[in-house]
Amino acid sequence: MTTIDLTQVRGLFFEESFENLDVMESSLLDLEIGTFNEELINNIFRAAHSIKGGAGIFHFDDIVIFAHNAETFLDEVREGKHTITQALIDLLLRAGDILRMMLSASKDDIGYDAQIVQTCQDELQKSLSVKNIDNTEEVLAIELAPIEVIPVLKKWHIEFKPELPILQTGNDPINLFRELHELGQLKVIANTDAIPDFAELEPQSCYLSWELILHSGATRADIEEIFEWVIDECELNITESTLENQELDDEFEPEAETPIEITSEAESPLSEKEFTPLDNIEPIEPKAKNYEEVTAVPIHTPSGTNSIRVGIDKIDNLINMVGELVITQSMLDQIGENFDSSRLLQLRDGLSQLERNTRELQENVMRIRMLPISFSFNRFPRLVHDLSTQLGKQVELILSGENTELDKTVLEKMSDPLVHLVRNALDHGIELPEQRKQAGKPEIGKLYLNAFHQGGSIVIQISDDGAGFDIEKVRAKAVKKGWITPDENLTEEQIYEFIFQPGFSTSEAVSDISGRGVGMDVVRRNIRDLGGSIEVKSATGKGTKFSIRLPLTLAILDGQLVRVGEEIFVLPLLSIMESLRVQPKLINSFTGIVEIYKLRDDYIPILRLYKLFNIENTTTQLEQGLLVIAEGDGQKIGLFVDELLSQQQIVIKSLENNYKKVQGVSGATILGDGNVALILDITGLIQLFRNQTKSPPHLPFGMVRYE
Amino acid sequence: MVHKILVCDDSVSIRQMLALTLNDAKYDVTESKNGMQALELAKQNNFDLIITDINMPLLDGLSLVSKLRVLPEYRFKPILLLTTETDPKKKKLAKAAGATGWIIKPFDPDKLLVAIRKVLR
Repeated sequence: MTTIDLTQVRGLFFEESFENLDVMESSLLDLEIGTFNEELINNIFRAAHSIKGGAGIFHFDDIVIFAHNAETFLDEVREGKHTITQALIDLLLRAGDILRMMLSASKDDIGYDAQIVQTCQDELQKSLSVKNIDNTEEVLAIELAPIEVIPVLKKWHIEFKPELPILQTGNDPINLFRELHELGQLKVIANTDAIPDFAELEPQSCYLSWELILHSGATRADIEEIFEWVIDECELNITESTLENQELDDEFEPEAETPIEITSEAESPLSEKEFTPLDNIEPIEPKAKNYEEVTAVPIHTPSGTNSIRVGIDKIDNLINMVGELVITQSMLDQIGENFDSSRLLQLRDGLSQLERNTRELQENVMRIRMLPISFSFNRFPRLVHDLSTQLGKQVELILSGENTELDKTVLEKMSDPLVHLVRNALDHGIELPEQRKQAGKPEIGKLYLNAFHQGGSIVIQISDDGAGFDIEKVRAKAVKKGWITPDENLTEEQIYEFIFQPGFSTSEAVSDISGRGVGMDVVRRNIRDLGGSIEVKSATGKGTKFSIRLPLTLAILDGQLVRVGEEIFVLPLLSIMESLRVQPKLINSFTGIVEIYKLRDDYIPILRLYKLFNIENTTTQLEQGLLVIAEGDGQKIGLFVDELLSQQQIVIKSLENNYKKVQGVSGATILGDGNVALILDITGLIQLFRNQTKSPPHLPFGMVRYE
Repeated sequence: MVHKILVCDDSVSIRQMLALTLNDAKYDVTESKNGMQALELAKQNNFDLIITDINMPLLDGLSLVSKLRVLPEYRFKPILLLTTETDPKKKKLAKAAGATGWIIKPFDPDKLLVAIRKVLR
């Protein structure tokens, strides 16, 4: 028995199958109605074909059957038997979805809705121009073929006359005889009559024919199977003759020499033969039928092993850098060996080279985790296609900046928020063609997805040319919810802020697609969790634009070190707006709890870090320390610290993994001197501070009313 | 003597599956992901057996077989096609292209080895 660990290949199979489905989907979406695009259709066919092939290996029989149906239909499409219609594309898109669902279910060992599989399968079969009688059995026959071994010895008489060029297909009769020999006792008689004169002999041809006598319990099918590959290249006659057992001995015993030597080899292949049937007899029930009862019991989830595909150029770059690092190291080694002050300059050069190498290496290693955003964007053509059809809207999706790279984790976590925003844009943003026409706009709405680098961040923009937000509606809703009073004067920005509040939805009817009010607050929370921010701009009648700003990577951050007492904290450099000496006359105190600093036209609450972290022996007089004005999530806060130290790149270590989640602290890092410093999370600090001062959560922070 | 086998399939999981099984059975395995690459590899090496998928980008399995059969060193070498087709017509096509035989996907590791033992000793 061969025992091979297939778990690794299994993971690969799923990864590859999902990629195949992506190819299938994008090719389907690229198909034009009425046009036969051979390349695209071949891509689609190959995808289904590969999935079927792989699924069979892992005994995902339900997937094999379904994929086979899809493949059969696609084969007809490939042969030009069907014209490309919207219905055909939709059917195949649906088939792709079902395959995806089945694969995910198999991957996580959970059940799925067998009914929709059956429905789609029926539809595929109905669409076939050549009706095949249910060939499910044939597909699985390979596995299900019952192998009965009833050892009743029979005498088989086989006449085998291969065609002359048989050797040229790589078939060697001697291999066939060896196979036969494994079935039982074999006598081989070669017929040399057909060998021509030497002058006419063509050495590459096979002139021999054979008469074979096999005593074996094998069936005719077993023997035919051995000749399976050559059946069209020979004359083959298999007859069964009834013979008494004693004749067997008669026939074989006096036979001292066999014309062609076939010895039973030491490795005794027979023993393996005995095991094979056992393995195959294992009944394989089509799993699809049982799945309905199966509840989600993820016993083992191999999906936990995450992998990433990296371009070979990135790896090559790394190897190059490591090479340079080694060179620098050996150079420093040499300098160090007999060091004196005359070599100081060399040492300095070496160190700066080391620094450069390290930085480059770091950048490149980080780049490995970076994936182009197209991984996320690519699902949108399909989503937009489906949704706009469903909503009866006409939408053109315009993607740009697909090659912008961002961290894999960020990419994965951004996926749901992006889907939500796109759905919102389609559902609430872009109007029905009729309405657009009345508003004097083209009937086809435009939805833009754009990604680009800006400073140290990635910006993703989702914009549409739809109806835009109705400010009055938003305000009315906020009043209705009791968040504001009707006569309260708010800026546009402040009004948009309500969109991100839990429970907010302006849509009158809750639709299938969006409008259940559990959206934008989750979107914003997800983005904040990634250290990013989201802002919205909208013009009534013209459209809406959401801009999401995300950090390039989650693993490294540009940090500002600050000292509070003897403790050192790290502030994300990006969130710091300015640092200043406090002028006491600009401080206002409310009820002794909150201090507000008047900075130009802003009122900024002051958070004394030493109080928050219970640090003693520190500056308590505001005018003796520094106020760092930081912004988190559109709100400002003044952090009171003793002094600013250096700025440096900080490698983030998770506090949550190593200790527990602490509000206001996003992680920790190890400083050059070996000390641990906490990295402060401004947004979290603001929330913490707000809770302490009990200001209403829905209000923008700057407008806290202190009673 | 260790037999050298070239496996060619555009599906990385099938390829890995083949390679794992064959390596385990002490064959020397080379992988390639399409017919073009396989042809080049075949020219540079002297493989004892070639196992190839049929549906592949760039150069499909059947064309690969025809191209290999023209090369003197692969005239008599066994070449097996991997196929999911149970259709006899497809098998005829495979034979016509010069294939030695076929292995029907899906296959068990054991079945694969049995099939290979038909042509390699």
